[in-house]
Order: sequence, then structure tokens, then C-alpha cells
Amino acid sequence: MTPDESPTPLIHARGLTKKFGEFTAVDAVDFDVASGESFGFLGPNGAGKTSTMRMVGCVSPVTAGTLRILGLDPNVDGPRIRGRLGVVPQQDTLDTELSVRDNLVIYARYFGMSHAEARTKADALLEFVQLAERAKDKVEPLSGGMKRRLTIARALINDPSILLLDEPTTGLDPQARHLLWDRLYRLKQQGVTLVLTTHYMDEAEQLCDRLVVMDKARIVAEGSPLQLIERYSTREVTELRFAVGVQETLDGQLEGLGERIERLPDRVLVYSNDGEAAAAAANQRGLRPETVLVRRSSLEDVFLRLTGRSLVD
Amino acid sequence: MAVSGAPYRLRSAGDLPRRSPLAGLGAAYEHMWLIYRRTWRGSIFGSFVQPVLFLLAMGVGLGTYVDTASPDALGGVPYIQWLAPALLVSTVMQGSVFEATFPVLGGFNWDRRYHGMYATPLTPFAIAFGQLGWVVTRALMVASIFAFVILLFGAAATPGIVLAIPVAMLTALAFAGPVAAFMSTQRDTAAFNSIWRFGVTPLFLFSGTFFPIDRLPDFLQPIAWVLPLWHGVDLARALALGTVGQQPLLHLAHLVILLAGAIVGLVATYVMFKRKLER
Amino acid sequence: MTALLAAQRVLPIGLGGRRAWLLIERNLFVYRSGWLVLLSGFFEPLFYLLSIGFGIGGMVGDVPGPNGELIPYAVFVAPALLATASMNGAIAESTFNVFFKLNYAKTYDAVLSTPMAPGDVALGEIGWAVIRSSLYAIGFMVVILVMQLVQSPWAVFAIPAAMLMSFAFAAVGMAATTFMRSWQDFDLINIVIMPLFLFSGTFFPITSYPPALQLVVALTPLYQGVDLLRSLILGHIDATLLFHVVYLVVMGLAGLAVVARRLDRLLLK
Repeated sequence: MTPDESPTPLIHARGLTKKFGEFTAVDAVDFDVASGESFGFLGPNGAGKTSTMRMVGCVSPVTAGTLRILGLDPNVDGPRIRGRLGVVPQQDTLDTELSVRDNLVIYARYFGMSHAEARTKADALLEFVQLAERAKDKVEPLSGGMKRRLTIARALINDPSILLLDEPTTGLDPQARHLLWDRLYRLKQQGVTLVLTTHYMDEAEQLCDRLVVMDKARIVAEGSPLQLIERYSTREVTELRFAVGVQETLDGQLEGLGERIERLPDRVLVYSNDGEAAAAAANQRGLRPETVLVRRSSLEDVFLRLTGRSLVD
Repeated sequence: MAVSGAPYRLRSAGDLPRRSPLAGLGAAYEHMWLIYRRTWRGSIFGSFVQPVLFLLAMGVGLGTYVDTASPDALGGVPYIQWLAPALLVSTVMQGSVFEATFPVLGGFNWDRRYHGMYATPLTPFAIAFGQLGWVVTRALMVASIFAFVILLFGAAATPGIVLAIPVAMLTALAFAGPVAAFMSTQRDTAAFNSIWRFGVTPLFLFSGTFFPIDRLPDFLQPIAWVLPLWHGVDLARALALGTVGQQPLLHLAHLVILLAGAIVGLVATYVMFKRKLER
Repeated sequence: MTALLAAQRVLPIGLGGRRAWLLIERNLFVYRSGWLVLLSGFFEPLFYLLSIGFGIGGMVGDVPGPNGELIPYAVFVAPALLATASMNGAIAESTFNVFFKLNYAKTYDAVLSTPMAPGDVALGEIGWAVIRSSLYAIGFMVVILVMQLVQSPWAVFAIPAAMLMSFAFAAVGMAATTFMRSWQDFDLINIVIMPLFLFSGTFFPITSYPPALQLVVALTPLYQGVDLLRSLILGHIDATLLFHVVYLVVMGLAGLAVVARRLDRLLLK
């Protein structure tokens, strides 16, 4: 009943590679995930996050490198490992012909649980994700957030050692996201090991103890959200937005305002440890931006620094 | 709502039970039952009532004319007795093509059920064979009720009509396997419409169900040998009419070809499902 | 004139049916790439003709035609297959396809966000069903002409008669669709269509039934079309044909009237 306290990581990857024909989706990545940890893959679409998750989920054969999950090799013991995983895939895979509750019950049966066990567990989980009233309904009319919660309940049916979440909140409205985050946070506190992918910086900062940034099939940085911000950014950022056409005329006038200047298509970011001071300096130089925003540095800035482009494109 | 924590029990990382792949097969098959329990009403007319209407219209309505005009055309057997076992097999074949189409398309593309199943200890083997096992179960259900109706109508020449049931199940598998394998490569029903219009309907009409295939033009007859429906139809008819002994080699060939079709279908479905799931 | 105005009030024309043509144009666009599906509709009656008409027909011999004279079975069954094809095509187009476009493809949501009105959609879909079936009817008539199953010049009227049939069935089919809530309800359509298909004097003469049953069958909608087409193709013209025509016209207009009343429910949910 006690969690395994041994230092052996739950997930251990070295040189992990996935190729589809000539295309390399994941290129020799190394990472470890310890028990009880909340670990994130951050990166834009097409960075290789989902391919990595599918390999960890033991549904996609490893092309090269080493991958050990719970000490076992997915290529050999896939079904056995999957028995101890909970998976929330990017696209829902709920059975639309079954009721909400039956979706959980039949899933429990896949893990070899008895009918009685399955029903008890299903009802408890529906309570946890606040879907108890919808138990008898079909899946189709549920909202996006409800379907997502049902998928999370389903992923918990077997008391998984690792919960894999591939973009758990993409496409949800803010309220649904916050409800989902709350449930995930509770799970984390109960010692569930979470592995998630996201392209939302706030999600990564909220949920991840440690994360890796992926870009073009490789891991480009690793650390806690705070460590990454300290390492790749400054304490504060001053955002200067100029009228259309003005930015192009500012050559030479921005240098030295902060430790680093980032010019985006629509605004200029000044990285410094004192954002207000940077704003004042700009004013002294006679720069007249339309708007000025001083904010705390975030993972978005880390990402920009590492990949040289914002997440928007 | 007084929810604090999840109903979650932390287990040791070394707690990794082994299970036999057959346990997963049972659960995958159970899934189909669960769906059927919710949707069976919709299948009643198509699977049970419609074939009976066909038997009435063709067997009784048209059959009366056949029996009057050509009493010896079918070896002296009344048309309805000659038609009934064949119609049973043809009907089951049509149903099995349906059961191998929409669930497979849906499982991979619509609600992506199969991908959800594969995230658990279930193997492609369990997912593929759970689906095909269900097709055979449906074949058993439809064929049994049809056989019962035939007996009720007095349209059975001998009790051998009961043996048409396993023949129908085998025919169902020989059709459902290749169709399921093919459908796993499809994203929508476009190809299915062509299969139905240019495959299933002509087979239904020209595989010796309604008239002996020797009435087909000579150049068309070899096609009946290639496609499995005629083998199922002819074997079921021989068993029902008690004429197996007359051409034992031919009927053995039917059985072998049906078995071969079923095995090829099973293997093809397994291979295609595995390829599609493991990407 | 007043009758026309009254009709306009009841029928969807009043809702702006003039743009219906645009919906037909849309369907033409769709089938420009899916012509195989369109073409396949032509083969179904042909397959049935070859199998039932010639395959079984060889064993059936001659059967009594519309006026009791004996005719070869293929001659008997060919017009009926044209009639059932017109019915099946019209029903498929006005029920399954409309329901799918309505609830899944959301085709009409886009259509109705333009100046198009629900009446345009209804008339457009019914019009499309009629156009489609006339194509099949022409193709099928050519085939049976070549097979020498046509016995009278009156047969040219079989094409407008088939169009009338598909109008009547498409209108009623669309009216039925306005009441459909889910795919499960479509079983009801099958429950009606299948017995019509098998027992309306299509595959064997209705003289096989006891007299009381004959009368019942003679009043069913598909029988009107079967007897109408069969009589035209065989050149057996009498007053009952007028009854068939009136029956089908009334059926189509009644269907349209129901559609007009329930259109908003169907399209502006």
C-alpha cells in the first residue's frame, strides 16, 4: 500500500527516438520522471510532444533508444505497463454509444476488475469529477469540459501509477479549465505521478514541478518553471507597443534599455530586473509607445528565448 | 458537493500484475454486448422482420408461380424450401458486412473507441477478435431466429435447416474479416457505399440464392466460385435439403473455401488493426 | 386564380421557393465529385432486373399482366423495378440525406444564414430528388427498350410518370423527416417501405391475394406507381391510370402541405 520510495525513476528515457518513415518526430531525447512528480512537456504543435507521450503510453513502438516505464520495456511488456497507466489522450476516445457510467464500467473491465468493483469505482469517480448526475446520460450531449472530466475519471479507474495527459485543457473555456486544474491539483497532492503536455504556459506553471521544453523533435531546456525563468529570462518584462509603422523607425534607439531586447511583429519586449525603470528609460529617450505594460517574466519568455519565436505562430 | 480527494489508492510501482491476453478478449467482447443492450431495438426490423417478409414475398408469392410453371426446375423441391436456407445465409452475410463496417469506422475515426481500448492492457488481438467475435454472435442470433421462422412456416425440407446456422456463421466471418480489415484503412463511408452497391447487392442477387447459378450466363459462373457467398448458400441448401451426399466433394470444397475465407479474414483484420493502432 | 392563391398560402412557395434552384445547384456541385454514387443508383434496378426478371423469370414463365393477358415475367417485373427505384431514390434523398445534412453536416445552418428560406430548402431537396430519379428513369427506359421489354409507344410517358412518383414520395418522405428525432426513428420508414417494395404487385400479380387484400394493396401508394408504369409501358391505357395520377398528385401536395407547416420546426431549431 505504500508508494515505492526507491530512487528508480518511473519513466526513464535515453536517446528516445521516433521516426515515421523519413520524418523524425522525436530525436534522441533524455528524461526521467520520479514517483510523485508532476512533469510537463512544453512546446508548440508538431514539436514531438504527442509522439513522446504515445511511446510512454506504450501504444507507439520505440524506433531507437531506451525507454523504461515502471522498470519495464514497452516493446516487451506493453500490455502489462498499460495496466498501470492512466491515459487522457489529446482527442477524446469515449464510446458515444454508451452511457457516461458504462464508459467507466467497461473500461474497468479492461483492467480485469470485477463488475461489482467496476461499478463502485465508477460511481466514486463520477462524484469526484462532478458528473454523478449525468451518469445515465449518453456521452454525446456533454460539453467539452464534461467529456474531458469523464476521460480523466476513466483514466483513474485502475489507480494508475502514472497519469498521462496530452493537452488536457486545449479547447476548453476558462471556467472548465480551472475546474480541471483543480481536480488535477488534488490528484497531485494525493501522490499521483502526472505527465502532461501543453502549449499553455500558465498551465505548465500551475501544474508542473519540472518540465522540458521541446522544439523540432528535441528537448531544448529542462528545469522547474522558476529555474527556467531564472536561467533564460529576467525578473521582469516591459512590453512596449507602438503605433503601426513606428517600430520600424526605431533602429538604434532601443539598445541598452534592458539586458535583452526582443522585437516581435506587434510589440517590443524589454527584459530587465526592474521593468518600471526600463519604461522610464524609454520615456527619457523620447520613445512614445501607444501602451506600456510591465509584468513578471513567464515561461512564454523562456520559450521565446529558446526557440526564437512566439507560440502564436 | 463534498468532494475532497479522488477515490485513488496509491500502489507500489512494482505492483505489475500479468494477465492473459484472453482476459482482454473477453472484456472487448463484453463491450459489444454493452452497446447492443442499448441499441438492439433498432436492429430488430432489419435482422428479423425484413428477412421474413422476403421469404413471404419471394418464397410464397413468387414461389407459387415457380412451382406451377416449372415443377421440376429445382429437383422437385418446392421453391420456398429451396430458397429458405439460402436466404438465411444471404441475410446473415449482409448483416455481417454492416457489423464489420460502421463499428470499425467508428472505432478508429468517429468516437475512436479502439484507441481508448488500446490505452489499456488490451492488445490489438483482443480488439480485433472481440469485434469479429461479436459479428459471429450476431450471425448466430439472426440465423437462429430465421431458422426458427422457417420451421414455423413449414418451409424446411428436413431438420437439416438447423445446420444452416453454423454455415451462416462461417460465411459471416468470411465476409466480415476482409471487410473489417479494409474498413480499418478508410476514413468515411464513401467506399462502403460502393462495396454495398457493387459488391453486396449483386452477390445477394446472383449467388444462387434466388435461382440456380447455372442459369447465369456461362462467363459469369466462375465468379460465383471466387466469391464466398455461393459456397455458403449452396452448402446450407444441401444440408437443409439433405442432398449433401449427392456431391460430397463439392460440398467439402465449399466448407474448405469458407474456412479459408474466415481464416484469411481473421488474420487480415488482426494485421490491419495492429498496424493501425501501433503507429 | 383564387385557388392558386390558396395553394400559395398552404404550400412552401409562399415561404420563398424561388431560390430553391440554388439548393439544387448546390447538390449538383456535390455530385460533380461524387458521380460514382450518382451512377450507382442506376445499377440497382438493373441488377434486380437481371436477377429477378431473367434469373427467376426463366422459372416463372408467363404471368397475368394489367388486363389479365399472359406476359413474360421479365416484361411484368421491369416496370415495377422502375417504380420501386423511383420510390427508393426519392425516399433516400428526402429522409436519410436530409436528416444527415440537417443534424450532422449542418448544411442547412449555412444555407439559412443567407437569403435562402426554409421553403427553398424543402422545394430544392424535393426538386433534386425528382431530377435525380428522372435521370435513372431515362437510363432504365433505354435499357429495357434495348432488351425489348417495352411494348408500346405510350412508354415515353413512363418517364414523367416516374418523376411524378418521386415527387409524391419525396414530399411525403420530407414530411416524415420533420417528425424524426433520431436515427432510431428511421426504422419506421423501413417498416413502411419494405412491405411496399415486396407486396405492391411488384414481384408477383396482386391477383395472388384474396379479393379483400387485393383491394387494400390497390390503395397503397407504391401500387399506384407500379400499375401506372406497367400499363404505360405495356400500352394498356384506361381510366384507372387517371386515378393513379390523381392519387400521386394529391399525395405529393399533401406531403408539401405538411412540410410547409412544420418547416420551421425542421430547419430553424
